[in-house]
Amino acid sequence: MDDDRVFKALADPTRRLLLDRLFVRDGQTLTELESAVEMTRYGVMKHLKVLEEAGLVVPRRSGREKLHFLNPVPIRLIHDRWIDKYTERHAAALVDLKNELEGQS
Amino acid sequence: MSTTDTAETQQAERTLQVYRVYIKVAPEKVWQAITDPEWNGRYGYGAPQFFELRPGGSYRSTASEEMRKVSDEMGYGIPDVVVDGEVLEAHPPRKLVQTFRMLMSPDAAADGFTQLTYEISEVAPGVSRLTVTHDVTGAPSLAAVVAGAYEDQGGGGGGGWAWILSDLKSLLETGSVLAA
Repeated sequence: MDDDRVFKALADPTRRLLLDRLFVRDGQTLTELESAVEMTRYGVMKHLKVLEEAGLVVPRRSGREKLHFLNPVPIRLIHDRWIDKYTERHAAALVDLKNELEGQS
Repeated sequence: MSTTDTAETQQAERTLQVYRVYIKVAPEKVWQAITDPEWNGRYGYGAPQFFELRPGGSYRSTASEEMRKVSDEMGYGIPDVVVDGEVLEAHPPRKLVQTFRMLMSPDAAADGFTQLTYEISEVAPGVSRLTVTHDVTGAPSLAAVVAGAYEDQGGGGGGGWAWILSDLKSLLETGSVLAA
């Protein structure tokens, strides 16, 4: 699975919203996910297909239903490929600082 | 409500975590890396895992040197067997189903046995797709651990399945693990 597909899949706000919904509750049907966004069923299906092709969503059959599961591994691979354990510590410190400053406002 | 509806409701109430990774090696290599203690102690938590690869066979994972060292330094004991379970299905090199109970902490141990499934398929010559499905229904402590919830706390909590599979991919494709 190449990184390009993952970055492209993540570049769309609706697709990020769908992933957020799955993070909150994993294993949802198309109908459930549809209720989260202002979009036609067909539109949501197209977005889910892009997420599946990027490996970010893994479908599983459960009876008559198709459930969608969030797969964090492609994001993990990008993280492990681009951020070593030293830069990660700096990045974490900056995130802490940002949270602290924003919390004070 | 028909019985079918009830069955589907129960199915929907199961708590699954699904992880998938593509690795540029043949399925046999992925199978070996999962089931052979010479391999499976080299990535992720570094704790070797021993399988009796037949239905009803035993499964156990023993504490790594690193785990013992960290636990001793912090003044806590660690059990010799950190994970135990039973092999339910073994179809090399395609599918492995087992039960899985983590004994590292009293909370996780109290969660009891969960079900873990590895599925390996060859999607192109020399390219395997590994899907790990962990049924953590009724096991909230273990679910948090395998989702990587404790990674930023250090102390060997680790990044759960996503981290383990990333490390496995690194070992099989490059010959070295991420931490090396």
